[in-house]
Amino acid sequence: MVRFIGRRIVSGLVTIWFIATATFAAMHAVPGDPLLNDKVVSPAIRANLARQYGLDQPLYRQYVLYLGNMLRGDFGISFTQKNRRVNDIIREHFPVSAILGVVALVFAVAGALLWGGITARYHNRLPDWIIMFLVILGISVPGFVFAAWGQLLLIRINQWFGSTIFPVAGWGTPQHVVVPALVLGLGTMAYLTRLLRSSMLETRGADFLRTARAKGLSDSRIFLRHHLRNAILPMVTVLGPAVATITTGGFVVELVFAIPGLGRYFVQAVQQLDYTVIMGTTVFYGAFLVAMVIAVDILYGWVDPRIRPG
Amino acid sequence: MSNIPAFSPGAGDFQPEPVRSVVPVLARPSRSFWGDVWHHLRANRQATVSLWIIIGLLLFTVAGPWLWRMDPDLQDLDRISRSPGWPESALVIPPLESLWFGEVIAGHPERGNQPANDLAAPQNLALAAPPTTQEVRLTWTPVPGSSGYLIYRNSFPPSDATDLGTPLGEISTGNRVGFADRLRLEPVTYHYSVVATDGVDGATRFATLVVRPVTAITLPQAIRIQPDVQVGVQMTLPFHPLGQDYLGRDLLARLMRGAQTSLFIGIFAPLCSIFLGALYGGIAGYAGGWLDEWLMRIADFVVALPFLLFMILLRIAFGIESGESGILPLLVAMILLGWPGAARLVRGQVMQIREQGFVQAARLLGGGRGYILLHHLLPNVLGVILVTLTFAVPSAIFTEAFLSFIGMGVVPPTPSWGSLCQQGVKTMLNHPHELLFPAMFISMTVLAFNLFGDGLRDALDTRSERQS
Repeated sequence: MVRFIGRRIVSGLVTIWFIATATFAAMHAVPGDPLLNDKVVSPAIRANLARQYGLDQPLYRQYVLYLGNMLRGDFGISFTQKNRRVNDIIREHFPVSAILGVVALVFAVAGALLWGGITARYHNRLPDWIIMFLVILGISVPGFVFAAWGQLLLIRINQWFGSTIFPVAGWGTPQHVVVPALVLGLGTMAYLTRLLRSSMLETRGADFLRTARAKGLSDSRIFLRHHLRNAILPMVTVLGPAVATITTGGFVVELVFAIPGLGRYFVQAVQQLDYTVIMGTTVFYGAFLVAMVIAVDILYGWVDPRIRPG
Repeated sequence: MSNIPAFSPGAGDFQPEPVRSVVPVLARPSRSFWGDVWHHLRANRQATVSLWIIIGLLLFTVAGPWLWRMDPDLQDLDRISRSPGWPESALVIPPLESLWFGEVIAGHPERGNQPANDLAAPQNLALAAPPTTQEVRLTWTPVPGSSGYLIYRNSFPPSDATDLGTPLGEISTGNRVGFADRLRLEPVTYHYSVVATDGVDGATRFATLVVRPVTAITLPQAIRIQPDVQVGVQMTLPFHPLGQDYLGRDLLARLMRGAQTSLFIGIFAPLCSIFLGALYGGIAGYAGGWLDEWLMRIADFVVALPFLLFMILLRIAFGIESGESGILPLLVAMILLGWPGAARLVRGQVMQIREQGFVQAARLLGGGRGYILLHHLLPNVLGVILVTLTFAVPSAIFTEAFLSFIGMGVVPPTPSWGSLCQQGVKTMLNHPHELLFPAMFISMTVLAFNLFGDGLRDALDTRSERQS
């Protein structure tokens, strides 16, 4: 197990290096002057700025410098907000995105377990049809439509109660999290529900279930300990990519609900061509995703001891 | 020693046994693999319906603009964000002059001396001109002792002075009577109320007039639709079955133009990236060894890139000028990042097939590389590629819509379903049709391709038992 984790971590580090290099290459292929960004300044000021950001150095020196700084965990200073470090921006805004993402993921997984369980149990009966219809809706309707509808619904709910139960936009209290997270988790929930349903139907006739039933175990115990646990594997596999979908899918939800998360900040930085922020955020997200995939791999081995590599 | 006679076969010794009974043979004409797949696909109702929806969408995109010859860029500023409805006819009226402010009544004092509560309701509230959706002109006789008037519009009869509706305007002198309403009029019944003021507060007594304007269009606007039109003629306005957007453009025409963008990106990008991936994976799988190892390592890295972030990053790297549509950078980014999935899949398939008996038999019989590739590998991989393609299309359409929605994809003057949604969200509260229709088209397309992909996968899966 230790060797397996070690190997995964080494390959993860190589992947992060690749992401950093690709980001560097992409950003340096950008036409135009990253320093000026439509501003007119004298050549002396431009030269000073270039020296400050190390842009007067040859490309390979810049690359070495960039990698060196990244190894020390330093992403540099923002181009548009000259007194803010990219690290500070990430430190301030990432926790917001992370909370939103974690809550959304919890919603998605809990919902998928519930709905997937119900559909498998009431296979080809009314609850199954209703849930599968909703699942199809959840898979085929774009997330931003849900976000817009969610906001509309919030306005109606607040009007109905005559007070602000769940705020329509913004961030700060636990109530602010609920609806955006629900909206964010909806697509993943639908996808996971479908996955769980089909894998539960596949394992329905398995021998170990018949054995469990013959032993005289209670229905709920069979369902939870034997059926669900064995059917959950495909769900665990897609959890890594699901984390990625939810973290990057957070952009729209953060934009619509005016949540000060890193995704919204990234979009803003792209609009302002804030190069260091774009590079820092991309590498940070990449590293985060790689870590998530490794975590899911380890979780996978824990859930199913059969595939735990030596 | 016994004498064994030599066997000498005669004429009847090697005759076949005569057929004594007819054995019934259960047989049908043998069906090709793809014929079989087609048969199973046809038996799947969901997949068949989805296929028809996809064909319908393609017709909508390709033949739609040819049938519905409305210019998607033509604006009608009189009819902004109009909901879907039937064709209307309108009266052509002369061009509007500058705003009409009524008449000054000679001999009536400009400033009155009565407090608001003592002011009477205006008498003889009437129309100064036939009411049209372009303009409604009100006039009345001045109220003695007043220092001005307030004009309100309501869609139902007002019950008291606090229930007069939308304030339209204020006249600050007591001797000027008359008001012109041009505030987004529609051919419905309005209740206009006029209240006298003492300069500060409105009176409690008011006069109300019920008006139903007729749909009208000014001559300069009418000429743009029908050049030989004249004042006083009833003309039929252009029909907008799905309503109009926030700039008064026909939504159906824009959806068709948007479908061209969205479906082009949604189908062309996966087609290219899957072709690229299949080629890449095929080479890796067929070559094997260290080349395979390295090729797949590279694919693994590309998979690990944060997809959407890199999409946005590549878009800036390609740099789009203002006024460009942004389609090309989006396509390039999607193709550059989309191939590893197909590559992995095809590599696995190729490695599996390569070791199977029929390929080895073909090699043993002297089949060349090209022959094996064309006759054994390709037909067996094609199914997997097709399924991947049908599932890649909805996700590409989603990606386009998502990026356009956050303003990082197709740039506004060029319509796409995503950018239409982005504009629709802004007016969602008052005019839901502007978000609803593009969102519906996205959902329908994604749904159809998903269900069709499901059906195709089931139809191709020859190992599983089927009930049909």
